[in-house]
Amino acid sequence: MLVAKVLLKKSPSQQLTFEGHQMSLATTQSIAEIRARNKELIEEVLKVYPEKTAKRRAKHLNVHQAGKSDCGVKSNIKSIPGVMTIRGCAYAGSKGVVWGPIKDMVHISHGPVGCGQYSWGSRRNYYVGTTGIDSFVTLQFTSDFQEKDIVFGGDKKLVKILDEIQELFPLNNGITIQSECPIGLIGDDIEAVSRAKSKEYGGKTIVPVRCEGFRGVSQSLGHHIANDAVRDWIFDKLESDGKPTFEPTPYDVAIIGDYNIGGDAWSSRILLEEMGLRVIAQWSGDGSLAELEATPKAKLNILHCYRSMNYISRHMEEKFGIPWCEYNFFGPSKIAESLRKIAGYFDDKIKEGAERVIEKYQPLVNAVIAKYRPRLEGKTVMLYVGGLRPRHVIGAYEDLGMEVIGTGYEFGHNDDYQRTAQHYVKDSTLIYDDVNGYEFEHFVEKLQPDLVGSGIKEKYVFQKMGVPFRQMHSWDYSGPYHGYDGFAIFARDMDMAINSPVWKKTKAPWKEASRAKLLAAE
Amino acid sequence: MAQSAEHVLDHLELFRGPEYQQMLVKKKIFENPRDPAEVERIKEWTKTAEYREKNFAREALAVNPAKACQPLGAVFASVGFEGTLPFVHGSQGCVAYYRSHLSRHFKEPSSCVSSSMTEDAAVFGGLNNMIDGLSNSYNMYKPKMIAVSTTCMAEVIGDDLNAFIKTSKEKGSVPADFDVPFAHTPAFVGSHVTGYDNALKGILEHFWDGKAGTAPKLERKQNGAINIIGGFDGYTVGNLREIKRILALMGIQHTILADNSEVFDTPTDGEFRMYDGGTTLEDAANAVHAKATISMQQWCTEKTLPFVAEHGQDVVSFNYPVGLSATDDFIVALSRISGKEIPEQLARERGRLVDAIADSSAHIHGKKFAIYGDPDLCYGLAAFLLELGAEPTHVLSTNGSKAWHEKMQVLLASSPFGQGCQAYPGRDLWHMRSLLFTEPVDFLIGNTYGKYLERDTGTPLIRIGFPVFDRHHHHRSPLWGYQGGLNVLVKILDKIFDEMDKKTNVLGKTDYSFDIIR
Repeated sequence: MLVAKVLLKKSPSQQLTFEGHQMSLATTQSIAEIRARNKELIEEVLKVYPEKTAKRRAKHLNVHQAGKSDCGVKSNIKSIPGVMTIRGCAYAGSKGVVWGPIKDMVHISHGPVGCGQYSWGSRRNYYVGTTGIDSFVTLQFTSDFQEKDIVFGGDKKLVKILDEIQELFPLNNGITIQSECPIGLIGDDIEAVSRAKSKEYGGKTIVPVRCEGFRGVSQSLGHHIANDAVRDWIFDKLESDGKPTFEPTPYDVAIIGDYNIGGDAWSSRILLEEMGLRVIAQWSGDGSLAELEATPKAKLNILHCYRSMNYISRHMEEKFGIPWCEYNFFGPSKIAESLRKIAGYFDDKIKEGAERVIEKYQPLVNAVIAKYRPRLEGKTVMLYVGGLRPRHVIGAYEDLGMEVIGTGYEFGHNDDYQRTAQHYVKDSTLIYDDVNGYEFEHFVEKLQPDLVGSGIKEKYVFQKMGVPFRQMHSWDYSGPYHGYDGFAIFARDMDMAINSPVWKKTKAPWKEASRAKLLAAE
Repeated sequence: MAQSAEHVLDHLELFRGPEYQQMLVKKKIFENPRDPAEVERIKEWTKTAEYREKNFAREALAVNPAKACQPLGAVFASVGFEGTLPFVHGSQGCVAYYRSHLSRHFKEPSSCVSSSMTEDAAVFGGLNNMIDGLSNSYNMYKPKMIAVSTTCMAEVIGDDLNAFIKTSKEKGSVPADFDVPFAHTPAFVGSHVTGYDNALKGILEHFWDGKAGTAPKLERKQNGAINIIGGFDGYTVGNLREIKRILALMGIQHTILADNSEVFDTPTDGEFRMYDGGTTLEDAANAVHAKATISMQQWCTEKTLPFVAEHGQDVVSFNYPVGLSATDDFIVALSRISGKEIPEQLARERGRLVDAIADSSAHIHGKKFAIYGDPDLCYGLAAFLLELGAEPTHVLSTNGSKAWHEKMQVLLASSPFGQGCQAYPGRDLWHMRSLLFTEPVDFLIGNTYGKYLERDTGTPLIRIGFPVFDRHHHHRSPLWGYQGGLNVLVKILDKIFDEMDKKTNVLGKTDYSFDIIR
């Protein structure tokens, strides 16, 4: 009913674009109207649930109110059984996100075969190396647990696996053991095995990670556990007088929380180096054990994905006195703001460097905006991503004249929603934490955004509905999206998604327009 | 700066320019890299017979295995029933993985729910997760059936699905007569093909044997119908449609069990169909009355088929029939069981495949192939290659059993082209890497992950298998039937011709053989 009312307000020309699926609801509505509509939408989706579930889900859905310190939703709480949560697990957060990209270490998916198989090579953590010889990111190492390993324990098998890795992959610089669910349930002592084998191999770095999938409520705890494993099994084992293999400079920084998806960390690093800084480590995209070990020598840790690596940044601040600063390299507005923020930690040489970089790329930014903004102006976007992008990419869309009308986190915490509320979303934006298939479909169907940005599990659902879509975890096999070079790709990709001719062809010409049918059914 | 708005460079080109290349060289300083000479030495060493021997001596470590875990197969089978929501009891991350995996292969939505068990459920059991989960799924997604399977977490702590579902029904999660078949699908036993088998057996058992004690067992009254089971198959969309076409041509009354050919190929027309097509629940129940059941994949139905046989039906199984003889056997079996004549059209289709083979066999004859994949697929492809006069030199199946190995060796021994060919059960793609270096072949047949082998060993990859993530839409074309055989033949030939051209296209050097007619 509500959508129909909104439609009546539209001018004939808007009605026309509406039929071409190019509408933008927000343009003709006041904030109050949008707020009322969004609140009604939330009420609508809650109706489907059994009472207990409705009460729980109600706390995760809200309409953002300008001036509030957070988005008014609960987060980082257990998902409800049976609702089709989009979330993953702690193993995904540790092996899949934090540890997996460290290229010169072998990461064992310890347990049954599936977890390692489903996460094999799918995150696009780019790296340079000789795979299988000195780099191992896109190999699937698993202990492939069988029933006897469950019954008798897997420690003996793990010992043998470590020996076999040493023999067949002699140039590995370290090994991590990424626990799958059964490890914690059958009482294996992977820490003892790691210690013993490390000693046997003359102090080799072997890191046991307790990231069993049932721990915590999402990927998020896996990030935390992985961070703690770096602290306990790498930092705490560093020789106190250990000198880095390079001469320190006052401009040494570490990139923290960039997984180099499609090369993101590279298109970020180039800007930092152009402004005069020296990047001594990448965490963890295209990263190496040596870089992890050298990071305590950094003068500043710059943190992109706050959610997955704030823990180790805080630890390094406390233990080594290294300050850290969050930054955002999506879209020219946030990039310039971030370059200046980072430069603020250094002397005038770097501050001038930041200005020089901003100026250098301004013609590119102007050209990209001149080309794409007219094609994207006023288009609406709904996002649902992990722990950073639901807020971080908003600026990039706004640089292109687009508007984010709904967003939510798969595994964000309250501090993410605070940052979102205080720096990113507009008044009356629809907020959905740990959204599930039912809710997300319903919201999109009713709000009819011009673009949805989410994951592979959502992609085809919305495309079937005729809504343009971009995967915002993997960049839909494109990228990089970070930095100025990445912004050009981002703009191109959003344009090609939204303005693809295919979306005008979803309905057979002999059938009435799909939207009209939707309205008739209201 | 290489980037421009006019010609936007993405990862394919952006990083190749001097700015990024210099940056990456400088980055090396911080990586404490290995001596390039040492990297080169080890790289060469991994190609040797000595390395192969050590590699094959592995007892514990798996590197690049070509198999997934049971619940994936259970989900795949479950969505083949009308309005059915797969419900996997255990940790939720697993379900995110199955859905992603299936979506990446089929480029389609994949709907499935989890009971989202966490630490407390690990301690106290997941009964409450089952009670709440079934209730929520039922209310939100309005399924006609919920098919339950398990992750390894639920299996390790020993949750009892039968009891849990019973209790959930008593608590009103779903109506008492609502269909909730189940199967225990531990990830540490077998592979995804085992999970397919267990789930399908669970569903048939539910309908045929009294719905977990809540209904009378069905009394079989034999009719003339034939049941078909496709098995776990990346080409399910094309294959099941082809089978249905053949059955219709022959006029055979039939039920495709676990028919997921529609749900993995829905149109983009403005509507998301969470459920589409599938074996109706009525047909699933009535399938007990069929005269016979045919499994297209023996190792996907090791439990299901004996279960069906126990109910009095004739059962026949194939090993992913591809090509002439295997399709002949299938068609003849259909005719024998149904008593229907084989229509002339099928004879003509067969003749066209023979025609195509005759036209092209000179290019395939004597070529050596390595194949890996699920056990039935490997068998079917190897049999077809033998028929084409090619040599399936290495046939590797990570989830192949001892029985598979024996059957493969019999097949290889049966043909002059199979002499010197070997089957490798339980091995992985790192083993295959050693095989390809020490006993090179002309072509490799496998799934997307074979591209790493292609890169390392230079063996051209023909993508047939599951998953195929990096090529689109091939799952829509059948590999079964005479038409499917033709499709496989063309896939192989295209690669052979592309390679010939690639090897002869150097101007003034090799291009005397860059023939315009092949």
